[in-house]
Amino acid sequence: MPGRAELLLPLADDELVLGWRDSEWTGVAPFLEEDVAFSSIAQNEIGHARALYELSVRGEGGGGEVDELALGRAAEEYRCAPLVTAALPEWEDTIARRILYELADALRIDALTGSDDAEVAGVARKIQREERYHWAHAEMWLERLLGDDEGRARLEAAVGRLWGATLGLLEPPLRPALEAEAARRFPFPLRGEPVERAAAPPGFEPLWEEMTAVRRLVPHGQW
Amino acid sequence: MIFEVFRREREGQPLQHAGSVEAPDLRFAEAYAREQFGRRQESVALLLVPRDAAREVEDFPDEFDWKYRRVDGYSIKARLREARERAGSG
Repeated sequence: MPGRAELLLPLADDELVLGWRDSEWTGVAPFLEEDVAFSSIAQNEIGHARALYELSVRGEGGGGEVDELALGRAAEEYRCAPLVTAALPEWEDTIARRILYELADALRIDALTGSDDAEVAGVARKIQREERYHWAHAEMWLERLLGDDEGRARLEAAVGRLWGATLGLLEPPLRPALEAEAARRFPFPLRGEPVERAAAPPGFEPLWEEMTAVRRLVPHGQW
Repeated sequence: MIFEVFRREREGQPLQHAGSVEAPDLRFAEAYAREQFGRRQESVALLLVPRDAAREVEDFPDEFDWKYRRVDGYSIKARLREARERAGSG
């Protein structure tokens, strides 16, 4: 059985980095209500990352600390997937990523709720309760975009650009379930080979620079 | 569409107007109201009403100075002062 850190770090890094990417829309989302909602969801994802980092640190005997794990590692030590690292300056791509991420993330969180490790299962259930509202937000966008020709065409194109990276978010055993779920949700075919996790995924380097800038400036500052 | 949002801060308290959200439909409005007025646990219930569904009442005539109907009643300050002046001079 893999150790906690091995199991949880990719997930925690995904949540942190997606939270960071999504919060880039704070103040510039297409309209005020969406701006607040989107930023709030982004903040939740960062909260989930914190819970997962805490859990992985506890499992390793409390040797590290959460901030060190979140912001103190070298860029190549992060395990986040290409889906979350990509800078997506177009709103349609960002919304498509939210929908795809929630679809995929629900499957792995659900798998974690069945973990033999009671603490991991417990945190997964807590995350699941919040993700319900994230999915409600993603689903309303999905249905609204599918409700009109232009929305559907733009969603289809955006999902097409991101599908391979979405597959790569999950471990191979969970991918068939994702494909089935996506076939049920999207009225268009999805094609693309999984884009696997690798050191320094596209877009991560500049993001890491920004994310860790303050911590590198004052390594053990207390705020 | 604009939706007026009412929130209940704690069980047993009356609903109060929280603000409004603009959203294309009730579903978006619900998601937006939840994030704007519920994400800090500041509400135990939210009610959404399309602004068009609310009837506005705005004309409140008061031609005959009906202030005696208000809880603060008549102002007796002026009369009290007059009475004091009379008593002082008498």
